[in-house]
Amino acid sequence: MPTKAASDKPGTRLEVRKTYKLYIGGAFPRSESGRSYVVNNAKGKFLANASQASRKDARDAVVAARKAFGGWSGRTAYNRGQVLYRIAEVMEGRHEQFSSEVALSEGLSISKARAVVDASIDRWVWYAGWADKLAQVVGSSNPVAGPYFDFSLPEATGVVAVLAPQDSSLLGLTSVIAPAIVSGNTVVAVSSYERPLPAVTLGEVMATSDVPGGVVNILTGSASEVGPWLASHLDVNAIDLCGIEDPDEARDLEAASAENLKRVRRPAEEDWTESPGLSRLTQYLELKTVWHPIGL
Amino acid sequence: MTTLDSGVDSLADVTSSEDRLRRFLLGLPGVDQVGAEARAATLSTRSIKTTAKAYALDLAIRMIDLTTLEGQDTPGKVRALCAKAMRPDPADSTAPQVAAVCVYPDLVATAKHELRGSDVKVASVATAFPSGRSSLAVKVQDTKDAVAAGADQVDMVIDRGAFLSGRYGLVFDEIAAIREAAGDAHLKVILETGELVTYDNVRRASWLAMLAGADFIKTSTGKVSPAATLPVTLVMLEAVRDYHESTGLHIGVKPAGGIRTAKDAIKYLVMVNETAGPDWLDPELFRFGASSLLNDLLMQRTKLATGHYPGPDYFTLD
Repeated sequence: MPTKAASDKPGTRLEVRKTYKLYIGGAFPRSESGRSYVVNNAKGKFLANASQASRKDARDAVVAARKAFGGWSGRTAYNRGQVLYRIAEVMEGRHEQFSSEVALSEGLSISKARAVVDASIDRWVWYAGWADKLAQVVGSSNPVAGPYFDFSLPEATGVVAVLAPQDSSLLGLTSVIAPAIVSGNTVVAVSSYERPLPAVTLGEVMATSDVPGGVVNILTGSASEVGPWLASHLDVNAIDLCGIEDPDEARDLEAASAENLKRVRRPAEEDWTESPGLSRLTQYLELKTVWHPIGL
Repeated sequence: MTTLDSGVDSLADVTSSEDRLRRFLLGLPGVDQVGAEARAATLSTRSIKTTAKAYALDLAIRMIDLTTLEGQDTPGKVRALCAKAMRPDPADSTAPQVAAVCVYPDLVATAKHELRGSDVKVASVATAFPSGRSSLAVKVQDTKDAVAAGADQVDMVIDRGAFLSGRYGLVFDEIAAIREAAGDAHLKVILETGELVTYDNVRRASWLAMLAGADFIKTSTGKVSPAATLPVTLVMLEAVRDYHESTGLHIGVKPAGGIRTAKDAIKYLVMVNETAGPDWLDPELFRFGASSLLNDLLMQRTKLATGHYPGPDYFTLD
């Protein structure tokens, strides 16, 4: 009689390992370049292999983001807010997964990691609430010396490239993506290089939470490699450099961004646990002023 | 070689009666569908880089028949299209001109006037485009009108209904009649491969059109889906290659419709080179019927020249 195979015993089943991929245009492709890199945990032990995005992945992501822009910015602010709430809901369901990834990536205790995930979910809710209040706060009706009803409205600027923070892999990432998309922009985000796993999972959340494909695109890999292509890309309207730690590199990227007058947000020391305020939210807006004749 | 083994002595005999023509066309060897699709897929994996890419992009621009065939076409739109044909990239004078502008017959005069003094040709669709459903007299008059208005090239459609019901003689006579009515104008024969259904039919229609006097065979009107595909174009390129080997004549090929990116265009060029040969890498023998393709080619060209990615905002709208 043959002996029972080892794999039949309980507790010895073959694990199904996750393949970490990019998130572009609502799909999960591998990098066009075929490259991947080793992701270690905070203690230097092997954690996973993640796709290493190339300039062509960035190019594809910008095309996807541009394609999604018309539809997303054309939705009502109320509807965009609902979609952001939905992101928070779906994240809540993945709480444990996010907590363990944050704990492994950032070297936090599991209880601290849970607090970070809570804060990230709360941040989505906070920004979701702003969706239909933004116009009242930053828009205005302007008294002018003529028979005009004159008013200013905030509108989305377009495709925003985000080089996400290197240290805060989930709360930081959330805090830079949410303010861009809530007003109708679409985003190409490059995740933290050493801590990409929460970003990959956030991509999976986006894919299952009513966010149209292409509104958020997440690339894992090196901001220094992909950043210059995004900075010089003429179809990108704004760039957030917060993931760039070297000041010279940030300066070069800002110079490259000048070609098409991108809105640039320079890197700065930021405490992601603080209440974010409106500065990121208002960074990616264009103010449209309308002069409407009256009394004629 | 796929021809002349069907019991005929020379191609002249083939067209001497409808019976012989039918026997010849039905005697053409069948197309291996899986093989043709696999060959097209393999060729489209070729990587074309740096100087070869720059050459391919410029060649593709020179091969474009810049097309507008909409009910809403106005003289203004045609004028804008002609300006773009002559100077595709206003910011870069080194960008080559396209081969031709393709319009409906009533707008030929506008296009001709706008393009005077340039090398850009005017092509006109004719023969009750796109369905081809009217009498021969109407089709001939349609063609004569286009040529009288100054069209250098005529794009005619074949009668697919007649072809699919096996009346090859009728289709042949019609093409021959239009050939005559077109006079000196270049004749492109649209097979509308999306309606011919099988590759065997595409091969037969290609031969039929060439035997009847086509200068070019063209895949589609752009009004039927699927329009141009790589395997269909492969079958047509094989037909012109074999026709060249039998007769020594060069017939051109024009895929039209659905080719929107520079990447796609380069795939076609690779296939042309590998199938028909380098002779066909020439605007005289290969054309793209397209409109939005031009902007993508210009964007790729700008990327090569400047080293960073341009955006569609920097190019003219079609």
